[in-house]
Amino acid sequence: MARFLLLSAAILIAGCASAPQSSAPARAPLEPIAWPDDSRAVELQVLNRVSWGANSSSAADIARLGTGRWLDSQLRPARAPLPAEMQARIDAMTISQRPIADIAADLERQRRAFQSAPPEERKAERQAFQQELTRLGREAQARMLLRALYSPNQLEEHMTWFWMNHFSVFQFKGPLRGLLADYEERAIRPQALGRFRDLLGATARHPAMLIYLDNARNSAGRINENYARELMELHTLGVEGGYTQRDVEALAHILTGWSVDLTSGQLARFYPRRHDFTAKVFLGRTIQGRGAAELDEALDMLARHPATAHFVSRKLATFFVADEPPAALVERMAQTFALSDGDIGQVLRTMFVSPEFRASLGGKFKDPLHYALSALRLVLDERPLPDAQPVIGALARMGEPLYARATPDGYPLTRTDWASPGQLATRFEIARGIAYRVPVRVWDEPLGPLSAATRETLAQASSPQEWNLLLLSSPEFMNR
Amino acid sequence: MNRRAFLLSLPLLYAGRLLAAPSAPARFLLVFLRGGYDAANVLVPTSSAFYYETRPNIAVPKDAAIALDSDWGLHPALAESLHPLYQRGEAAFIPFAGTEDTSRSHFETQDSIELGQPLGARSYASGFMNRLAAELGALGAISFTNQLPVTFRGQAQVANVALNMVAKPGVDARQSEMIARMYRGTALGAPVAEGFAARDTVMRDLGDEMVAASRNAVTARAFEVQAKRIARLMRGDYRLGFVDVGGWDTHVGEGGASGQLATRLEELGRGLGALASEMGDAWRHTVVLVISEFGRTFRENGNRGTDHGHGTVYWALGGALRGARVAGEQVRVARETLFQDRDYPVLNEYRALLGGLFARLYGLQGEALGRIFPAAAPKDLALV
Repeated sequence: MARFLLLSAAILIAGCASAPQSSAPARAPLEPIAWPDDSRAVELQVLNRVSWGANSSSAADIARLGTGRWLDSQLRPARAPLPAEMQARIDAMTISQRPIADIAADLERQRRAFQSAPPEERKAERQAFQQELTRLGREAQARMLLRALYSPNQLEEHMTWFWMNHFSVFQFKGPLRGLLADYEERAIRPQALGRFRDLLGATARHPAMLIYLDNARNSAGRINENYARELMELHTLGVEGGYTQRDVEALAHILTGWSVDLTSGQLARFYPRRHDFTAKVFLGRTIQGRGAAELDEALDMLARHPATAHFVSRKLATFFVADEPPAALVERMAQTFALSDGDIGQVLRTMFVSPEFRASLGGKFKDPLHYALSALRLVLDERPLPDAQPVIGALARMGEPLYARATPDGYPLTRTDWASPGQLATRFEIARGIAYRVPVRVWDEPLGPLSAATRETLAQASSPQEWNLLLLSSPEFMNR
Repeated sequence: MNRRAFLLSLPLLYAGRLLAAPSAPARFLLVFLRGGYDAANVLVPTSSAFYYETRPNIAVPKDAAIALDSDWGLHPALAESLHPLYQRGEAAFIPFAGTEDTSRSHFETQDSIELGQPLGARSYASGFMNRLAAELGALGAISFTNQLPVTFRGQAQVANVALNMVAKPGVDARQSEMIARMYRGTALGAPVAEGFAARDTVMRDLGDEMVAASRNAVTARAFEVQAKRIARLMRGDYRLGFVDVGGWDTHVGEGGASGQLATRLEELGRGLGALASEMGDAWRHTVVLVISEFGRTFRENGNRGTDHGHGTVYWALGGALRGARVAGEQVRVARETLFQDRDYPVLNEYRALLGGLFARLYGLQGEALGRIFPAAAPKDLALV
């Protein structure tokens, strides 16, 4: 509580608490990062932590710029296309070529058609509909993998996944496979290094979220509190953020009327006739019933709540620093969050320049996604990935398929969640699948100094492929 | 060592019916229904007018429910699977069960139940199933899940395997040994070795035919396939198990005697029935406990579904169960008895209930039980 009071004071100084509106002050420029040491070993460690894995091209980038300037460039990414072949593959996808309004309207027409089709045709039409959804979902997954593997803006890709996981949706619910690509592209990615409030507003108005957490069905007299609860528990305040069941109910009433019409062109819509226009008492404040504007008032309160600053900062530090991040670091990040009105770039900057971040390098256990992507980046470097589908399958086998966390909490981020006996055994199988496709020994420098046991074991490898299997299975490659 | 040997010999005295011979030690499987299943539509309070008033669209009609006694009926989706077990005395239901945690958050409540600590004290150092494994000493403990669940995390070594994705390994024995050698003496040394050992045991116990069948498992029968494999492994090398089943968070369009929940139940019931028969003789020494993080709102919501509630219904199954009854403390189902005018109350707290079961099953008591469930007095429902 003392912590929250302190942060509240910080917000008052910044002059935001008393003016709840979404027109935020202009974002302050980021100060350049002063980085003390530029040894090659530290550069590779920073790459392993702030990217999807060090490879020779990213190592050349960071060596050219120096660690501080490389981090600066990651925080303010310039538009950069992928290598031509990869960019061409993305450009050729339906999700790149057709506006989401058209995709969604077609899907909705297709759905209505099979539902009203005569029984003997219904099954075939339904299957065609499902196949189209699956195809669109696979495009979104392939696009994510290509960007993660080849984009020079690695922090942007990292943070896009982080927020997709924070505002997680489950692709196999309803028509979500068809909406995923747009959710990532419009609601998450443009804000991934921007303002938290913008992420909150964009996700709350996206049909993917409204459908996933049932708000599309939430209307006056027919209350559904699913989204209201998770919006506070998982997206903003955290379960210990001080809200009550009454606040959940109040927020559910504020959210009435926000629904989806996939044929309308704008997809997410506010339906005044489904809204509860009575006044609500939310987190101790009375919100006057006046329609769509109530949502922004509530989201402003949530985005600027001290518990949110702390909850989001801790999650970022868990992802980037340590499973149990140092409290003092989280506190400083939360202060930056409050003072910058939730500027994520500023919060990350506070983290990057901290001694805690530097001291933690090399100490985070890779979750399956980091594991697979870092192995592929190391092995492929700039050579094209032949086919994304086996990678999509490997992630599912390791328990972390893209966009497929069934529950709204997103995937966990700590070692205990991913280092069970069964998962390790599966991980070595995935290592084998990658290692045996490469006829030469892969570059081992990004792993840092190898232990005596690892060196001795590698020396016994009977082929370059087996050497690769052992290297990708080594304790050194499990960490980032 | 002596203490453990002593404890393991005690079950003969406490549960003689269950443990006829030392060569047939008790097996325990915890089934966690993640998402908070709607207990009031599974063990239906058929004598409660209030139930039918408040669930105009989703109640299970009295004539559709299978009458268990004058107050309770069973969801018809379980007619072919659980009801026969119940009639044979191999199933019991415990209503008004659950935790004192009232956060109504899936994640918060699942974690707190899996940890098994007194409310307010929360340490992720170990879950109660791991502490049970530690008390029971060297017996095979395994989670049939991709991740090791919170309840099985801790000091005791526990294997895990995702049974829907079993495949013949590509990493051969020599390579496995080389990989294990790189980890020896590190923090991951034990799980890496356990991972290879469990992989080999699973391949042996399931056999080639079962593994080959996994490739085209039909989705609707996915749990049945999984449950048969669980039985194979639990009648073999493993005696303490965990599995979770998702898909119970029915906020919208839940259905009544048929519909969304009924489909899930049918699949779950069929799997549990298959598990019981696949266990063979070992079923007589097995207890399966089915739990969930909370029940749901007693009244249906605006979308013909239900929201997060409080008290739930646990199911106990087993070849030597003293079943065919609705067990534990109960109260008349009416508006006045609801918790916060909204949900089932919790009258049978899970730590007390599980402690009582473990006392029966393994002869654990006093300090040993206190290490599994600190500061909880066991409540004996004489389930075995």
